[in-house]
Amino acid sequence: MAQKNKTGDDLKELGNKVIKDIEKNKNPSIEVPIRALSNVIFNQKTKTLELGNKKSIRHFFNVAHAKKFLQTVEIASISKNLLGEGKHASLRDVFYMAKRTISGTNVNLVDEQSESDDIIEDLELITGNSREQLNINANKNGSVVGRVTIEDSDDTIRWDKLGSGGWSIPSNVENIKLKKVDAKYIIYMEKAAVWERLNEDKFWDKQNCILLSSQGQTTRGIRRLLQRMYEEFKLPIYVLCDYDAYGFYIYSVLKYGSINLAHASEHMAIPSIKYLGITSSDIEKYDLKKHFIKLKDHDLARLKQIAEYEWFKNNKAWQKEIKMMKQYGSKAEIQALSSKGISFISNTYLPEKIKNKDFLE
Amino acid sequence: MTENIKAYELAKHQREISISEFFLKNRHLLGFDNPTRALMMVVKEAVDNSLDACTEINVLPEIKIELKQINENRFIVIVEDNGPGIVKQQIPNIFGKLLYGSKFHTLKQSRGQQGIGISAAVLYSQLTTGKSTKIYSRISPKKPSHYFELQIDTKKNEPKILEDKEVNWNKENGTKIEIEIEGRYLKGKQSVDEYVKQTAIVNPHATFIYLTPEKEKFVYERVTEELPHEAKEIKPHPYGIELGQLMKMLQETRANTLQGFLQTDFSRIGQQTAEEICNKSKLRTDEKPKKLDDKQSEVLFKVLQETKIMAPPSDCLSPIKAELLEKGLMKEIKADFYATTTRSPAVYRGMPFIIEVGIAYGGELEKESQVRVMRLANRVPLLYQQGACAITEAVSETSWKSYGLQQSGNNLPVGPALILLHISSVWVPFTSEAKEAIAHYDEIIKEMKLALQECGRKLSIYIHKHIKAAEQLEKIGLFEKYIPELANALSDLTGYKKEILQEKLQNLLKKELPNLEAENGTEK
Repeated sequence: MAQKNKTGDDLKELGNKVIKDIEKNKNPSIEVPIRALSNVIFNQKTKTLELGNKKSIRHFFNVAHAKKFLQTVEIASISKNLLGEGKHASLRDVFYMAKRTISGTNVNLVDEQSESDDIIEDLELITGNSREQLNINANKNGSVVGRVTIEDSDDTIRWDKLGSGGWSIPSNVENIKLKKVDAKYIIYMEKAAVWERLNEDKFWDKQNCILLSSQGQTTRGIRRLLQRMYEEFKLPIYVLCDYDAYGFYIYSVLKYGSINLAHASEHMAIPSIKYLGITSSDIEKYDLKKHFIKLKDHDLARLKQIAEYEWFKNNKAWQKEIKMMKQYGSKAEIQALSSKGISFISNTYLPEKIKNKDFLE
Repeated sequence: MTENIKAYELAKHQREISISEFFLKNRHLLGFDNPTRALMMVVKEAVDNSLDACTEINVLPEIKIELKQINENRFIVIVEDNGPGIVKQQIPNIFGKLLYGSKFHTLKQSRGQQGIGISAAVLYSQLTTGKSTKIYSRISPKKPSHYFELQIDTKKNEPKILEDKEVNWNKENGTKIEIEIEGRYLKGKQSVDEYVKQTAIVNPHATFIYLTPEKEKFVYERVTEELPHEAKEIKPHPYGIELGQLMKMLQETRANTLQGFLQTDFSRIGQQTAEEICNKSKLRTDEKPKKLDDKQSEVLFKVLQETKIMAPPSDCLSPIKAELLEKGLMKEIKADFYATTTRSPAVYRGMPFIIEVGIAYGGELEKESQVRVMRLANRVPLLYQQGACAITEAVSETSWKSYGLQQSGNNLPVGPALILLHISSVWVPFTSEAKEAIAHYDEIIKEMKLALQECGRKLSIYIHKHIKAAEQLEKIGLFEKYIPELANALSDLTGYKKEILQEKLQNLLKKELPNLEAENGTEK
């Protein structure tokens, strides 16, 4: 309860600052830390991304800022009401709560969810409270399986007794207690389909590990859960991604933190995480070239950006990976391994890689 | 022998074709190919003559045009001016003989060029109605008015006088012509109405009173007392002649020496240049021009083309002038913005010419259609053959997108605009005798484009400012709507009184307004 009051006060403080400007007959403004590569610092000591001190000032009486200014105050007020009522809303809910046409105009306060999502991230920085503390949750996304027992809202749940679907990871995992963990390592994969394959093959049972996946982008809930399992049980974590620039970036986010949420790296980054595959040596070793997909312009552009990130710049192994991909001019999916047999991945590929400690870091 | 006899046979059928007979069979060449166009042509020929006549005596023209409908496809065209009138002896020749006139042999900017126009109208009248043309003319209040009824003897190309008398005519001086023709009266882009309107725009010093067959009366008042300065006659420029023409000039000159011929019969050749040309041609300066043989003439011709000679003088041209063109546009076209340009004189084939462009934008001009293009040559509207005209090409090939109009490919631009292009020249190169389309000379098209670009830039400044200003206003309006929203949200967040916040924000808006404008870079 104390936290809720504090968050509510932080939000109110934002409003009071704006009112102070108005009372002083000043153009009302809000200071917002900049969330972009230009304001992200790679901390060599902790090996994680941190947010710098650069701030932008959002003014109400400014043609370019006015709408965002209004959105910021509006969503702050939505969050404060949620806290007051003790309810949680999803990002989508908040979008609909804010979405309306401003009377007398043809302007919508928000047009797309990406706008309100963006403002929520701003509010985290402005008020120093996480999204969860603002009582706003993302959609749950991702499944996990393994010999783990947890406690969630007074329910005791065993991840190894949930059949083909596994346990679905909620967006907020702060209140979950990890009671008992019996596993040697964790594999995180970006593809739900690959997770389903491995679960059907009982890979986690045979290898005594935990399998965790999302569909596409790694959500905050998953990142938090991974970090907690690492910190509380010291389990090694391996990442299994497509052989492309976006796969590389998923690994980068898990390990160092993301540019957009650099302020939250402390609670989410896992510097010890290792990249399992797919790598260019896998391509050669398992003869995956025939399943290549040609790189598009946006793939190349992304690859170039990644190559220049400070945390990749001096990493020889990764620079080599990036160079190879450029040479191939192609990318490949994890599922390309299925060409060797449907269970090639669980019977051969993963056991070999893990046994040989064939990782990238 | 048989061949010879056949040739004799043939010779019996071979005879001179009179120009009138030629016209009879080829009237489309002069623009009389359909009844709608014929009506416009007759008005045009008569009005051209009237305006030219007034210009010659420096009088502000006042021209009355009346179309009387006799029956469905028959009209009487009446055009009356306050010009100098015509001396009695000349009236039959001017109206009753094709290719008779003072203009063909001189290089001087005038509306008509060939002296074919008005007599062609008379011939067309005779051809379609069998009626005579009636002419009233008076050269001075001290002299009597003359009245003629004329037709043309097509075989001889001679006037046939059916009536010739002195009459009482209540006019100090001027000419009035009544021509009965077969025609059709329509409204629209190629109508007499449009012709009169465009003529009024480019002749802002003239007043037109126009009565339509439907008895509508249009009065186009003059907006300036400033007469167009009278175009001077010029001698041919060496770059603009051809070999045959040079040989003819050599035979017909009054000069006794070659040097004298060059100096007096051409423009821009002085003593020094004349001597230089003689030297380079290996001819004596005192050679008799008539004595030059074909070979010598050819050498002389070549040297003339190769010698550096100043561009012809441009006082032979009488442009409308940008400010008067703007006045003309303003009085007839309701728009929000006008831009006009008069280029400096340029030269094609030794002929000086001046391009002028006027653009009207916004107002009552239609928004979503192709722009209206008004094409004019020596102050005469060109209403037909738009597609074949160099003006259309120049407009289409100018990139209007950067000036704020829509345009796809090399088509005419789209937007609420009117583009007027006027060419003044001592000799406008038309594609045909109907004088409706300008020929595609590179030098001319280049000048046209430069003039269009000049006006286009002015238009672009206006459009961008205008649109920006409108957006600005809209945005300022938005703040007034944002204020209650912000007041609400802040009040929700803090418990502060909504009404007070709203009032304070309103006051702040007033204070911040000038900054808002500055932020957008709008000029003040």
